Amino acid sequence: MADITYREALRQALREEMLRDERVFLLGEDIGAYGGSYAVTKGLLEEFGEKRVKDTPISETAIIGAAVGAAMDGLRPVAEIMTINFTLVAIDQVINNAAKMHYMFGGQFRCPMVIRTVGGGRRLAATHSQNLEVLFAHIPGLKVVAPATPYDAKGLLKAAIRDDDPVVFIEHSLLYGARGPVPDEDYVVPIGVSDVKRRGRDVTIVAYSRMTREALIAAEELAKQGIEAEVVDLRTLRPLDMGPVLDSVARTNRAVVVGEDWRSFGIGAEVAARIQEEAFDDLDAPVLRVNQLEVPTPYAANLEKLAFPGSQQIVEACLEVLNVRVGAPVTAG
Amino acid sequence: MSSEHKEVVLLPHQQDREHLLDLYRKMFLIRRFEERAAEAYTQGKIGGFLHLAIGEEPANVGTMAALRPDDDVFTHYRSHGHALARGMAPGPVMAELFGKATGVSAGRGGSMHLASLEHHFWGGYAIVGGHIPLAVGMALAHQYRGLDRVVLCIFGDGAVNTGAFHEALNMAGVWRLPVVFVVSNNLYGMGTAIERSSAVTEVYKRAAAYGMPGVRVNGNDVLEVEAAVRAQVEHARAGNGPSLVELVTYRFRGHSMADPELYRSKEEVERRKAQDPIVQFRRRLEEQGVAEAAALDAVEQAVEDAVDAAVRFADESPEPDPGTLFDYVYVNP
Repeated sequence: MADITYREALRQALREEMLRDERVFLLGEDIGAYGGSYAVTKGLLEEFGEKRVKDTPISETAIIGAAVGAAMDGLRPVAEIMTINFTLVAIDQVINNAAKMHYMFGGQFRCPMVIRTVGGGRRLAATHSQNLEVLFAHIPGLKVVAPATPYDAKGLLKAAIRDDDPVVFIEHSLLYGARGPVPDEDYVVPIGVSDVKRRGRDVTIVAYSRMTREALIAAEELAKQGIEAEVVDLRTLRPLDMGPVLDSVARTNRAVVVGEDWRSFGIGAEVAARIQEEAFDDLDAPVLRVNQLEVPTPYAANLEKLAFPGSQQIVEACLEVLNVRVGAPVTAG
Repeated sequence: MSSEHKEVVLLPHQQDREHLLDLYRKMFLIRRFEERAAEAYTQGKIGGFLHLAIGEEPANVGTMAALRPDDDVFTHYRSHGHALARGMAPGPVMAELFGKATGVSAGRGGSMHLASLEHHFWGGYAIVGGHIPLAVGMALAHQYRGLDRVVLCIFGDGAVNTGAFHEALNMAGVWRLPVVFVVSNNLYGMGTAIERSSAVTEVYKRAAAYGMPGVRVNGNDVLEVEAAVRAQVEHARAGNGPSLVELVTYRFRGHSMADPELYRSKEEVERRKAQDPIVQFRRRLEEQGVAEAAALDAVEQAVEDAVDAAVRFADESPEPDPGTLFDYVYVNP
């Protein structure tokens, strides 16, 4: 067990899967000679050569489309799209081709591919700071993964590469330097399994990707006030594993759902809806959401800081859902 | 290599009686199949859109005649003719149009999404231009594995103004991939004439921008089509990279069954119909003494019987079992 960065965990996953399976290859913009815009693929061109680490033109449609075509013939491409914002110019390939490939032709074809891409971003303004995971999580036929820790990043990327369905694997630009323990031996983290990252009895915080870290910071803060928050990390957004969330809400009776995406029609809206559909009687307070405010991301540092959620907003939301219970005995008394 | 307008040289086997009769049989099959499909559409047995290729049979049959069984085909939504010319049985193709369980895509795809793994027929696609990158990816897979399979990708003149066309042809050109791009230029993208939509109306000339040969042939002559496409298929198979073949053709029917054809004159269509390529080919076979009238009549009668049987098969086939609704969304749900 070594402490490594999220970036290194991802590189290890790519390298190990390329060693394990000749069918795995990488394609994307500047992943080879340049070393990857976030340096995840650094060194892989030197180790595996141009056949398996393919620098592409700036052609996202062709990158994803070519990955689909190669996957249909049995290869296991891992396409890197430099940021999630750039998937927008190729969304047809993801939604109309990758997601439909198995279904629309009656199960004849498979599309075992991974689209690695990056959400988040700071001081990059409106078109380079988006969290667009919900666009993919909406689509039957896709699997969508958004890990928060080096351990999950490595294990989920290995699972994604071995999966027979198309997986959109969403990294976070602010997590690449984050460190955490990763086993030396081979392991996978199964797709579609949420994970309790912290135990607590008073309130459930549901998060994913970088917001899991913010939720854990918030939980530490709340603990100082004698409030024990449970943090459930979704890890996979589709298929969504609500089991640990519902188990937790059954004990805490309160939930806050956190995402870096916009609130309206977002991941949090889905999770909150499922909680009330499946655990209405467990709830002692409305489910609250913490998200990016509904503006395109501004460049100015102070405005940007206002727009994004962080641990402080999570703490406040937890206190708000708890106040209902704290207030109840007062009324009774 | 620059684009060129080559003189088409016919091939030795194109003198063989059996081959010529087979080409005639396939063109006649497509014609009768589509006429019966149009009839079934007006009876409400086929839903959605129905795009007929009547008039384009030589382009359909000539392209498929140029391929080996293990070569790969990607095509667009006007593809009944390609499927039949590739050897897919008329019954399951008609059943797909009828939305039946026995359809080639198990009733999930319909007229626009025909496919057969067995025939390396990787699908009809209905987002204009969106399938061109898939063909590039499959060609990449062949290059990756060192196989000598060639991918043939068919699209219409409307597709050449999409971004996907440009990205895909450029990528194929950069990587020298074994793919032949075939543009079936029927002079109209839906209802917009090519001179109103393309700055350069001779599509084959665009090949120059991607460093590949471009050729233009009379798409109404099945032998010219076969010879020209075969030359480019073998060019690709020999490791010489991609090419663009333009087949100039004409559809006798509207864009789809719903098309009132306000954008072209009845006189224009009638003038074209007077030069029906199937009628002309039959006359040619008779005049050149390849086959006497009785033999050609027998071919036609066999086709009539086969299409009758196909319609009966589609009519009598069951609808998909409602219990299978969620089949094929994922390989591993």
